[in-house]
Amino acid sequence: MTKIDWKKYFIVFLITVGLFLTAIYLSNYFGNKKIDQIKSIQDKIAIDILSSETQFSLLSELSCNNISDAVFSSELGELGNKLEWGQENLGNKDELTYLKKYYSLLEIKDYILAKKISERCKVKSAFILYFYTTVENCSVCEREGIVLSSLRDKYPELRVYSFDYTTDLSALKAMLQIYKIKDTELPAVVLDDQVLTGFHSVEELDAMVQKSFKLQEVNPTPTTKKSS
Amino acid sequence: MAPIVNVIFYILIFLSVYAQVFFLVTFLENRKKIVIREGKIKLATYPAVTIVVPCWNEERTVYKTVRSVLNLNYPKDKLKIFLIDDGSTDGTLSIIQKFSKYPNVKVFHKENGGKYTALNLGLENTETDFFGGLDADSFAEPESLMRIMSYFENDPSIMAVAPSVTVDNPKTFIQHAQKTEYYMGVYLKKMLSFLGAINVTPGPLTIFRKKVFDDLGPYHHGHNTEDMEIAYRMQKNHYKIEHCNDAYVYTNTPKTVMKLYRQRLRWIYGFINNTLDYRDVLFRKKYGNFSIFTLPTGVISIFSVSYLFGNMVYNLGDFIYTKFIFFRTVGFHFGSPGKFISKFDPFFINTQALVFLVIVIYALVIFAMIFGKRMADQKWSFSFSMLYFFPVFSIIAPFWLLKAVYNTILTRHPPAWR
Repeated sequence: MTKIDWKKYFIVFLITVGLFLTAIYLSNYFGNKKIDQIKSIQDKIAIDILSSETQFSLLSELSCNNISDAVFSSELGELGNKLEWGQENLGNKDELTYLKKYYSLLEIKDYILAKKISERCKVKSAFILYFYTTVENCSVCEREGIVLSSLRDKYPELRVYSFDYTTDLSALKAMLQIYKIKDTELPAVVLDDQVLTGFHSVEELDAMVQKSFKLQEVNPTPTTKKSS
Repeated sequence: MAPIVNVIFYILIFLSVYAQVFFLVTFLENRKKIVIREGKIKLATYPAVTIVVPCWNEERTVYKTVRSVLNLNYPKDKLKIFLIDDGSTDGTLSIIQKFSKYPNVKVFHKENGGKYTALNLGLENTETDFFGGLDADSFAEPESLMRIMSYFENDPSIMAVAPSVTVDNPKTFIQHAQKTEYYMGVYLKKMLSFLGAINVTPGPLTIFRKKVFDDLGPYHHGHNTEDMEIAYRMQKNHYKIEHCNDAYVYTNTPKTVMKLYRQRLRWIYGFINNTLDYRDVLFRKKYGNFSIFTLPTGVISIFSVSYLFGNMVYNLGDFIYTKFIFFRTVGFHFGSPGKFISKFDPFFINTQALVFLVIVIYALVIFAMIFGKRMADQKWSFSFSMLYFFPVFSIIAPFWLLKAVYNTILTRHPPAWR
């Protein structure tokens, strides 16, 4: 009979532990890389927004021609997706919660700026504020999220800002107060100052978005006419 | 996923990595001892050997099997061949009767009683010191017996020697996947032989000292896996089993998934039930690595595969549910599937620790396949079937596994002869 080589069993155990630690290290390494990537996107967006705000202030008395589409940050959506994925798949919860706060703040700033530009320069656009929760398993929120992202895909001029109700951010709390949104009525969608709670189908919201676009078309500004 | 599910998952992954690393370390320790002989060898003496070919409805392959035994490079007067028809209902008997003209061939006919009874009839009539079976669906390479017998000559303590079994002439997709699996089997069997922990003495051409049966008794039913039961019995009694890696036997493998399912159901059922029968051997250091490594590894692999399958079903269900919700919410008219592909972003590649560990396991398994192929075919090469082995077996293996567990727990009805 072959004797049992306990030393070998122990060495194999150590190697296996080593492989586990290496795998965990690699996982953390790539996880941190991803968080760094999220941070750098956020920084870029922050600069973009600040730059747009500054540009807007500088040019406020001049023509709107200089306000190109480029001022609208297109990366907010991508950032939102990455943050959401990160929360589900990366271990570093605290860091991501912090990043999500920052993201919400950027969204609010982008919203205010985009709305200002849109009003002043009559850029065709519509805005949706979307409030959801992650505390309880909100299947309606999930479905509403699907509706909104498909609408966003359909209309590039539609800007959807989604906010996690539970995010601990004073600016967000102010928004919640303005629109009188309660946690019992989530998900909530705000479109042209109208608050809709619960699930709303894609057809319903599609019609409202189109109406929002039309509102801008029926009131063409004299300045646009003059310049054309 | 709930934390407890994750914990079980990581424990199973840990044990699976452990088993693979254990094989690798065994390989690194013993790699210089793996000798692959080419061409003919000579022995000091040629002890007489009896080879029994038990047949039951094997008219398609038995002719070739018997021919391969007659073509074995071994002195004809030292090789006795018993062809035993176990109550076949096809033309098997008339085929084997044609061989009775050879002086060293004896044909037996009996009522159907199962493979182990055919082997035992052979044993009762064996007068030589060495005894072996050759399944009627397998073909021995001419030098195989000589190489096996050289092991007995070199070490009198060896009680049984198993050959390297590989797949004969694979044609279908599923046979190619099995070929890859058998290569891995060759490697694993060699490693188990270094550990003194072989748990199957396969039907195709394992040669025993007759003493094994004189001491331990004849073959048992062994839940239709008599070649596993005898190996368990030998291990329990500290009888040494070796693996002769350069003795090649080619076996016919199931052509279809259904046939493979039936074969594997029998094997796994046999493993579970023989292990249950010999449970007193588990985790007893006096039974060596067989009790501490081989059997627990087999049990763990059953748990792992079942668990992975459950997990896969859960994820698939979750995926389908999400898609269902998606289509119910916005229908088919929004978004294009191409968009997701064109927007590929490495950010979304899963980099959980688990992914790296699964890569480690796959790499070690592929190494086992490649080295097994080196041992069986004398060449280093990688084949595509080594990759599709994983998806194919991970999808179908859980079915026979779970069915075998189910049969064991609830019905205790063994599956058919084969």
